This record gives sequence, C-alpha cells and structure tokens, in this order.
Amino acid sequence: MSNAIHKFIENKVKPSFDEGGKLEKFYPAYDALETFLFVPPHTAKKGAHIRDGVDMKRTMIIVVLAMIPALLFGMWNTGHQHFLATGEAATLMEKFLFGLIKVLPLVVVSYGVGLGVEFIFAIIKKHQVNEGYLVSGMLIPLCLPVDIPLWMVAVATIFAVIIGKEVFGGTGMNILNVALTARAFLFFAYPTWMSGDKVWIAEGTSAANNFADGSTGATLLAQATERSSGFVDAAGVAYGDTFWASFMGWIPGSIGETSVFAILIGAAILLITGIGSWKIMLSGVIGAFTMGLIFNAFAVNEFMEVPAHMHLVMGGFAFGIVFMATDPVTASQTSTGKYIYGFLIGFLAIMIRVFNPAYPEGVMLAILFMNVMAPLIDHYVIQANIKRRQKRAVPVAA
Amino acid sequence: MDYINIFVKSIFIDNMIFAYFLGMCSYLAVSKTVKTGVGLGAAVIFVLGITVPINYLLENYVLKEGALAWLSDDFATVDLSFLSFIMFIAVIASMVQLVEMAVEKFAPALYGALGIFLPLIAVNCSILGGSLFMQERQYANIGEATVFGLGSGVGWFLAIVAIAAIREKIRYSNVPAPLRGLGITFILTGLMGIAFMSFMGIEL
Repeated sequence: MSNAIHKFIENKVKPSFDEGGKLEKFYPAYDALETFLFVPPHTAKKGAHIRDGVDMKRTMIIVVLAMIPALLFGMWNTGHQHFLATGEAATLMEKFLFGLIKVLPLVVVSYGVGLGVEFIFAIIKKHQVNEGYLVSGMLIPLCLPVDIPLWMVAVATIFAVIIGKEVFGGTGMNILNVALTARAFLFFAYPTWMSGDKVWIAEGTSAANNFADGSTGATLLAQATERSSGFVDAAGVAYGDTFWASFMGWIPGSIGETSVFAILIGAAILLITGIGSWKIMLSGVIGAFTMGLIFNAFAVNEFMEVPAHMHLVMGGFAFGIVFMATDPVTASQTSTGKYIYGFLIGFLAIMIRVFNPAYPEGVMLAILFMNVMAPLIDHYVIQANIKRRQKRAVPVAA
Repeated sequence: MDYINIFVKSIFIDNMIFAYFLGMCSYLAVSKTVKTGVGLGAAVIFVLGITVPINYLLENYVLKEGALAWLSDDFATVDLSFLSFIMFIAVIASMVQLVEMAVEKFAPALYGALGIFLPLIAVNCSILGGSLFMQERQYANIGEATVFGLGSGVGWFLAIVAIAAIREKIRYSNVPAPLRGLGITFILTGLMGIAFMSFMGIEL
C-alpha cells in the first residue's frame, strides 16, 4: 500500500519539484517530507565503503524515543501537580489527559515553528532539510515550565534556530545546544515566567488564589535556595520522602525534568544504542557528586548541607546531563575531552546552583558555558596528542 | 577570601569582553587562531597586571584630592584628578613599549604573528578600562588592585582563547556569505555572553 502511494508520488508529484518544474524552488521541502515519510529510493552510486543502517534520521528518532518516557511522565505529572494544588481528587487518566492538553500545544508550537524556520532556510539556501531539529524540538518543551505562554515558546524557538544554529550553517555546525539557547533566551528575557513559585503548575499563575492550604508550587531547588524554614523540613512535609519523591518525579518542575526514573530509561536507550556518550554522563555525575561532597565538607549554609546524592536527583541535573550534555555536536569531540567536559559540567552545575541565588538551576548555564569551552578543550587535547606522538616518533627516526 | 572574591569576580562576572564589551577590536581581529590568541591574551594579562597597580599608586599618591598631602600640608587640597586620563594613558603606553621590546627579543615568531596589535594594546580599551574601573571601585589597597588587574586580564585571555578555538572549529562551516568573518564572530560573542551570564550574582 505505502509502496503504491510512494510510486504515485515519485511519478506524479515529484516532477513538479524537479529542475524545470513549477515548484522547483520548494524541492528541499518535498525532499524532506519524502525522506521523512518513505524510504527514499536513492542508493550509493559508487562502491559503498561503510555498510551501516544508521543515518541522521535514525539517530535523531532514537533520541526522540528516549525522551518519550520523560514526556509521558511529564504529562501525568502536570495533571498531578495541578490537581494537588487545587485539592481536587482525580484518577490517573484524568491527570494524564489534563497534562496532555497542557503539554501538547507546547510540543506542537515548538515543532511547527522550528521546522518552519528550517524549511524556509533550506529553501533559501537550497540544501536538504536536516533531521537535527527533531531532537531540539522535543527538548525545548520538555525543559520549560508548563504554564509558559505559547508565543514565548515560538519566539524562543525562532531565536534559537536562527541565531543558535542556522547562521552557523545549520545542523551539526552550531556551537551552543539549540534547546538550551531557547531556554536561556526565555530565562533572561522573561524571567518571571521561568522562575518563581507559580509557573511550575499548570494554570498556577491564574489560579493562585485557589491553591489548597499547605501546597507549595516552588521547586525543591527554589525551596533550598530560600532556606526559609530549613530545606529538609519544608520539602519533607510537602512531598514525603524527598529523595524518593524527586527520583520518581512527583514534584513541581519543568515538564520533562522531574522524574529521574523516566530519564534513566531514556539514558539506557541512549547508552545501549551507543548514541549518547557514557563518558560524558559518567564524568558529569562524578563531577556533580564531587562538588556536592566538597560543599558538604564545608557546609557553611543550609544549601551546602544538602547531601551530594540529593543534588543528582534535584532539578534538571539528570535531564541536562543525559539529553543535553551528550549532544554530539556541541560536546567535546575527543575522548579525553569528553571526560573533562562532562566533569566540569557537573562541577559547575552544582557550584552555580549553590553559590548563585539568582539562578537555582545551574545545569542549563553550566552546559552552555562548557559548550563555549568545548572547542578549546578539544584543541588542547589534540595538541597534547600531537606532542606525545612526536616525542614517541623521534627515537624511531634517529 | 577578599582577594579570591575580587579575582573570580573580575574573571567571570565582570568579564571585560562579555560584561563590558571592552577591548573588542583586538579581540575580534586576533582571534583567528588559538596560538595568536594565547599570545595576545598573555600580553594583556601582563600589561593589566602591571598598569593597574602602578596607576593605583598614581591615583592614591598624586592624583586624588588630598593625595599629595604626604608631600606637605600645603598640598592637602590639591585635586589633580582631571589629569588621570592622560597620566593613565602615559603609563599604559610606556608599559606597552616595554612588553613589545621584550616580546620582540624573546619570542620573534609571536612578535610577527601579533603584528600591529601589540602596539595597539596601548589603545586597547580594556587596559584603560581596567585602570578606570580601579579608580571608580576604590580598592582598599594595592594588593586588591593588582588582583583585579590580573583577574581582568585572565578574563580577557579566557574570552579570546575560547572564541579563537570556536573560530578554528567553524572555519569550514557553511556560514551564510554575508555573515562570514566578523558578522558571525559578533553573533558568537553575544551567544558566549549568554553563557557567561551564568556567573552573574555569585558572591564568594
């Protein structure tokens, strides 16, 4: 069936997009849709050297699949937090449906706007539409608070795709992670929508007065920063066992980042398929844990006393280190560089978290900062390799 | 703790490039390769580390109102601060000459690579900016002024080396033709500025 449709499209629709056709200009758009929907008929023209089914489309789809658990859980949690805040009782399905209605528009806007920009650029620049945005388009809604207005998502997406990616030459050329660029843009441009107590719960800003007594919409990190009534007590009352709660994820936060459990499923998919770098994930966790231990050793204020293992499950750390730090384009390319890169992300993330009261979420900024530094790390790793090899080569030559 | 605070602050938070956009001309022009970037960055660290403390002494013992009181009581009301610009610039220019001679003697290859930009450090805004920030922020003693100068230099160094590495990486990227060269570098600098904003507000 699909074969027949494909044949029909190849024979009837394609000619108008080919050279000389009416819609020649829009060939990249046609090509993108064809590649996305069907297996394109082109084969290698000369002898193939590498036989592998992996291409960019498959890689990106696997990453998107890895994010599905976090997305589904995020939908459920959106509803869960909403009904918790208003004090209504709801079944699992009701919570999920409520979240679905809230989250789906964000995903649609992110994909629609982002892919729109990609198509326009591809048509102007006459190159193929790349699949790179499939991942960014999913990451953007997952790292935003659920109550954010849709037009802000659209503006941030346009900014991130054009300034963060297309001006550098498109997929694979960007310096900063596209999704993080969008998030940082929103964070600095509309700070009231990206932090505070109310934004993390759907309709929190409009329904603030209807909140049930004793429910708090602040994230764990915000509570820890405020240190108002002692971190452990406040969170313990609201959420029961805090470590377990933030591991499983029924706490307020950005859509996709609350559940470390769901993220770990994604991490497993990435690691088994070899798409995410275990070096970055491992060294990132070690870096964060080290910094947490250092803070525990000094423990000047209450935030510093937060146990190191808590840091790993709080906030967006797990989400950032699994899905964003491992972005193969913006991370370090060299193997040694990956260890350094990951370690510093973890280290800086916890440092910014604790030291910088204005930005409780340090992971985003730590990853952006290390994105900037990654080429430098690579440069020196490569230089060191060259030096070592030259030294080794001298006795042979002599 | 105070010294560390000033040092970290001047590197990351009050970064000359990303917070104040000072010293942009040589930052943009010499950042094509990491090697020249490192050379110029080192020169800036050196010059800032020397000129800021010297200008600090000038400011506190010659220029400020009442600074000449150590000479005799008659001068207690003299205010020479209107001379501070020209004095600072004179100090900076002579220091840069010194650095230039040293680099030419000891690292001729670097001297060739840096070209006109080494003498241009004399008019690099980040150097004069360092001295003027020192004057404005009124550091308590010469130690703090030195640490501030060195820290600002290290911040500038970090910025130019980071962007040089990125520019080496994107050399073969398919950047739209009108943006090639300086255009993309400006955009990059802005994006790097966002990344550096992570440190704003940190108090040690």
